[in-house]
Amino acid sequence: MPVPDRRTFLMQTGKLLVMTASAAAAWDYVMANEPEKAPGYDATAHWWAMIIDVEKCIGCGLCVRACKTENHVSLGPASFRTWVERYEIDPADPEHPHVDSPNGGYDGFPASTKKGVKTFFVPKLCNQCADSPCVQVCPVGATFQTPDGVVLVDKEYCLGCRYCVQACPYGCRYIDPETHTADKCTLCYHRITQGLKPACVEICPTGARYLGDLKDPNDPIHEFLRTHTVHVLKPQMATHPKTFYNGLDGAVR
Amino acid sequence: MVPCDEEAAVSGVEGYIYPNELELQWSLLIVLYPFITGLVAGAFILASLERVFNVQAVKPTYRLALLTALAFMVVAPLPLQLHLGHPERSFEMYLTPHTTSAMAMFGFVYLWYLMAVLVVEIWLEYRKEIVIAWREAKGIRRLGYAVLALGSRNISDAALRIDDRAGRLVTIIGIPSAFLLHGYVGFIFGSVKANPWWSTPMMPVVFLFSAIVSGIALVMLMYMAATWYRRIPVDMTCLDTIARYLLYAFLIDVSLELLDLLHRIYEADESFKTLDFMVHTRLFVSQIVLQLIVGTAVPIALLGVGRVAANQSVRRAVYGVAGVLTLIGIFAMRWNVVIGGQLFSKSFLGYTTYKLDFATREGLGVAILLLVLPFILLVALVHVLPPWPRHRVTG
Repeated sequence: MPVPDRRTFLMQTGKLLVMTASAAAAWDYVMANEPEKAPGYDATAHWWAMIIDVEKCIGCGLCVRACKTENHVSLGPASFRTWVERYEIDPADPEHPHVDSPNGGYDGFPASTKKGVKTFFVPKLCNQCADSPCVQVCPVGATFQTPDGVVLVDKEYCLGCRYCVQACPYGCRYIDPETHTADKCTLCYHRITQGLKPACVEICPTGARYLGDLKDPNDPIHEFLRTHTVHVLKPQMATHPKTFYNGLDGAVR
Repeated sequence: MVPCDEEAAVSGVEGYIYPNELELQWSLLIVLYPFITGLVAGAFILASLERVFNVQAVKPTYRLALLTALAFMVVAPLPLQLHLGHPERSFEMYLTPHTTSAMAMFGFVYLWYLMAVLVVEIWLEYRKEIVIAWREAKGIRRLGYAVLALGSRNISDAALRIDDRAGRLVTIIGIPSAFLLHGYVGFIFGSVKANPWWSTPMMPVVFLFSAIVSGIALVMLMYMAATWYRRIPVDMTCLDTIARYLLYAFLIDVSLELLDLLHRIYEADESFKTLDFMVHTRLFVSQIVLQLIVGTAVPIALLGVGRVAANQSVRRAVYGVAGVLTLIGIFAMRWNVVIGGQLFSKSFLGYTTYKLDFATREGLGVAILLLVLPFILLVALVHVLPPWPRHRVTG
């Protein structure tokens, strides 16, 4: 093979460098970012699931406040990664419950004036569906499921087309008014990958929320699911939620 | 803030909606998107009738229909682009389309239809005149037509025969493409299982036939406007034929929509009471009055009258009114699908209101501009590529 002269060699090397750099930049540009997680965390070793114990929730709203603080969620309207609903059901008319969630339950709830009704609180958050319609419909793959089963959004990549917000049957998504991209509960991914609990779980004074790892055979979640009657929201949607509710009333939507 | 009961009345919320539902996601601009693509598909399908099925009666509208389709097609992605939170990232849909997303294919369907069908068909249809204009024009116009001709001067009989055959082939490909374009737009809505107002396999079919209806009505009106502008008599055989097609397409469209309605009423699933209440309250004007009565029943009746009226000027007036009402009705239909689908909570426990601004990025002002823009483009297109012999334009 003839040895190239210096000029040709420099030209070819230069071209190669430019092409490699362009390809790397293009690849970086078109691919979704890595989720924010702790170094050394093995996502394939976990499969996260949330338990909400409806009977334990007192509607104090601490979880809503903790979530907003921890995740810098807008305090404006229609920006809730988690919220709490109060159901008041007339036993004679269970099909038409009265539901309220003033400011998502951020400040707790005013005392009820209703008499003779069944009352309880239902904390809501992203159900981290195993077959999530929001992931399905995202036109660019900016929302995705991590190997440990958490549905996340890449804010550097999201177009803000809002199709995912339309596709979520549970109203768990919204558009972040600052970034103009889709946002939702991440199970505090930056915390759980460090072995910490999500902010809402950490702060709940009655232990109404529990995050378990279904891949960990020693996690008490297995015992809980075995010994309690749990439900998921809107099972007819076949989204296979991983947020399980204990003591959920059939009237809850 | 999610409102308390008194605040709720002010913010237009009734009953309970999930806190994140307080903001409507898809605005008036997303109403324009299916409306405009529908006009494109419908206009093209009317043009194709002449070309593929050799319906000579509608020949006077062939070129006008193609140019109308092109003018609206160019504008079609603008409302989407304006609506995005990050319009600068929209090109990602071409680079990394997410294959499971119904929306991800829009760019490809759009480009296919625009570049492989509409532009090619128009170019083949006009090639002879472009070359002649290139030869005869002077200065910048000459250069413009040279570019449009793509450098080819060959307009021999043999070359024109090839053009004709190629054009026919493109039209044959174009018909399913037009069906695809608008059926696909319907699928974007129809496949959202979380939303019972949208989620029906009928949606693509209903979208498609309503598109054909709106496109035919638009071309009919454009043809009438063009003859008025050129001060030439309307070809009544042509107008009667288009009006007849409009009536037939309308009857199919209405039958499909009634089937969908009947199915919903009879099945009465968990969402029915909520949706039924919505139609009778918040959607009453746009759905019952504008879409069903003013935009469907009246134009169908008028088109029926047009079939039997002997007087030509009466028929022309009847067709004109029917055409305008049809467009209003189809626009109302798009509104009812897009906006109506967001007025009720997915909890089925409450309703919200759409507040339309004027001078905002997704406001009424922009929407009006986006609806006027295709007509400006059409005038420009007609100027560059006249659908009729040039001497008539210049007088």
